[in-house]
Amino acid sequence: MDAVLLARLQFALTIMFHYLFPPLTIGLGLIMVLTEGRFVRTGDRRYEALARFWTKIYAVTFAVGVASGIVMEFEFGTNWATYSRFVGDVFGSALAAEGVFAFFLESGFLAVVVFGWGRVSRRLHYFATVMVWLGSMFSAVWIVVANSWQQTPAGYHIVGTGAAARAEILDFWAMVFNPSSVDRLVHVLLGGLIQGAFFSMSVCAWYLLKRRHVELAKRGFDIGLVVAALCSLAIVASGHHQAQTVTVTQPAKLAAFEGHFRTLDGGAPLYLFGFPDAEAEQVELGVAVPKALSLLAHGDPNQPVTALDQFPPPDRPPVGLSFQSYHLMVLLGGLFIGLTLLALLLRWRGRLYQTRWLLWAFVFAVVGPIVSNQAGWIAAEVGRQPWVVYGLLRTSDAISQTVPAEQIVGSIVMFGVIYLGLLALWLFVLNSKIQHGPELHTAAGGEGPASLIGAASALHEAGHSLTATDDAETDAPETSGGADDADRAPPTPSESVPEGEDEP
Amino acid sequence: MDLNIFWFVMLGVLLTGYAILDGFDLGVGTLHLFVKGDRERRIVLNSIGPLWDGNEVWLVTFGGGLFAAFPHAYATAFSGFYLPFMLLLAFLMGRAVSLEFRSKQPAPWWRAYWDFSFSAASTLAVLLFGVAVGNAMQGLPIGADKEYAGSVFDLLGPYPLLVGALAVAMCTMHGSIFLYLKTEGALQQRVHGWMWRSFFAFLALYVAVSVATLLLVPHATQSFERWPAAWIVVVLNVLAVANIPRAIHLGRPGYAFVSSCCTVAALNFLFGMALFPNLLVSSLDPSFSLDIYNAAASQKTLGIMRTIVFIGLPFVAAYTATVYWVFRGKTKLDETSY
Repeated sequence: MDAVLLARLQFALTIMFHYLFPPLTIGLGLIMVLTEGRFVRTGDRRYEALARFWTKIYAVTFAVGVASGIVMEFEFGTNWATYSRFVGDVFGSALAAEGVFAFFLESGFLAVVVFGWGRVSRRLHYFATVMVWLGSMFSAVWIVVANSWQQTPAGYHIVGTGAAARAEILDFWAMVFNPSSVDRLVHVLLGGLIQGAFFSMSVCAWYLLKRRHVELAKRGFDIGLVVAALCSLAIVASGHHQAQTVTVTQPAKLAAFEGHFRTLDGGAPLYLFGFPDAEAEQVELGVAVPKALSLLAHGDPNQPVTALDQFPPPDRPPVGLSFQSYHLMVLLGGLFIGLTLLALLLRWRGRLYQTRWLLWAFVFAVVGPIVSNQAGWIAAEVGRQPWVVYGLLRTSDAISQTVPAEQIVGSIVMFGVIYLGLLALWLFVLNSKIQHGPELHTAAGGEGPASLIGAASALHEAGHSLTATDDAETDAPETSGGADDADRAPPTPSESVPEGEDEP
Repeated sequence: MDLNIFWFVMLGVLLTGYAILDGFDLGVGTLHLFVKGDRERRIVLNSIGPLWDGNEVWLVTFGGGLFAAFPHAYATAFSGFYLPFMLLLAFLMGRAVSLEFRSKQPAPWWRAYWDFSFSAASTLAVLLFGVAVGNAMQGLPIGADKEYAGSVFDLLGPYPLLVGALAVAMCTMHGSIFLYLKTEGALQQRVHGWMWRSFFAFLALYVAVSVATLLLVPHATQSFERWPAAWIVVVLNVLAVANIPRAIHLGRPGYAFVSSCCTVAALNFLFGMALFPNLLVSSLDPSFSLDIYNAAASQKTLGIMRTIVFIGLPFVAAYTATVYWVFRGKTKLDETSY
């Protein structure tokens, strides 16, 4: 296999794996902000329990997101050295801004959010939660700006020729606000919010069905439902606006999305589904609405839409993958609106929590936003081909000259194995956290303070007698800890009691 | 100041920040397997629990800064050292994941596995960083086309391996002093012994690397002829190294930690001095070297990024200070711990 295809496969593997996590943290971040906000306002401990529960899931997701994200940053240099030289001047400043403005914000305050429940005041903790959410969104800002610049380059000029050519910034703000960045950023953020909201609804619906943590789950579901419904509606407007921009800025991409092969004199049809055949230049088994593409793209049913025949074959993107992933995303978007509006209607009538089939649908619906977020990016990136920077640098010219294909294969295998393991671990930990569920910290029960004291005293005792009980200690959790104790921090009684007995 | 020099210094600051901050938590990782017993291991993990992630952001930002300020150096180094970087990524991921997942199941085999992978990944990551610094000092086969012309085995020379060993010893010492500050009782007593042993290991390797550098890397001291004032840093470095055992002996671990932070910073400074004005020294022909001018982004970009850094760094300093303040004092286990 040739190095370009391998490098692209590796990039697809690593970026798609990475992209499972950031949208979830963006969405879950808002759910955390809303849930903890209600706790701070009302003092209702049920919201605190929920907020703590989401925080734990956020932390695990964030960790995998960071681990897979570091790969992305290094991979530009390892696999795409020519690209890095070409875009470094433009892309680099966005990446540096991301590090300085977003990563420090998110990782710093996440420590306070996860480990600081008992250490800082309620308000400071809430402030930290808001900062973490903002940090997760800022990370999206700069990387989407950089990617949008690859779609619609602006504010640059080309210096040098041939292999030594590179883009240099002329106008920073024109680069940041290039024609597609705002549209795409809004779309990406809404996609993340939907994914987080559906995730929270999935967990809560499952609790409702299993009659566990029912009062918490109802509150959690309501928060997720409102976010999901609003964002599902908003993302349609955002998507429509974005498609109109693509019509102007990247006509080949829009034509590939829509399987639009031949430019017609009048209005262009809109295929609802079908199988585009790039050889025959037509859509097989397609069902089309006449003139609808022209109406959507231009707001005029009779205005022609530029088709793929306006581009020489080497400049055309792969049609099949662009078409199907784009259509999948749109179809799923419609599904989110239908589901959330139906749930809102039933909620208004007071029947939502009894409608078991719908709750079951929500348990599994979390897959929808994950798939549609991935599909949207496949459409965006495959639709830009054969260019890595639209109109300026071809993907085939962008790879590292010094890296042989075998090394790329080796690293794909390595990442494949690591990522499979990571994914399995993430799902495993997620499952055990969900099975364990949120815990109420009632003021009377004092679970938090009690365990702190317990931990501190156990620590004190351990300081005097630890060497004697090493073996007992390492063995203790196996016999005493059930699955529910898995992530409980205070030492189990069996760990501390034997040591206490050693005390004079 | 010349923007190119500003960015060389800025990357030096980021790398130093990374070495000081992640240095101690990587070192704690190296020591982790020496700690016996689940609760003590948990204390060790939780001493760096809220901090390691923010510390690693310094590396991410260094990478982003290198990409932005010197894209040619970024592209050459990362594509030339493909396999080492892939390994480094695997170690950094393995470390993060081990920390995060260890506490999620109580089974001994589960915890023993993550303990091992956490410690091994931490140690090997430091070793790789050290080997990379050693190679950068020594020079690399870089051709006229700005591409790396060697193979992966060319990177494993004796000098880079020696620097790698120094890096491991330095982080272990740095980490043990940090751990001493964060622990109490019997565990702290044991850490006390590790501080001494890792200090002497560091001292021996520090002397060995200094001698080897003077003998094998003649261009390392060229900058001192231009700026003799830089010798002050060498003197301060020696004083800082000497102050570590003194402070440990006097029972002032806080001073020992400050001294070891200064030692790390000084060694980073000397590394920068040895390179300047180059980023990647070509061993084939000095004119092929990538320096802060021929590898740089445009003046416009360097200027924009300087603005970004001036706006952003005070915030970064504030977050870092907040987090370290919130989590000051001895490490206690509570319900939010790993």
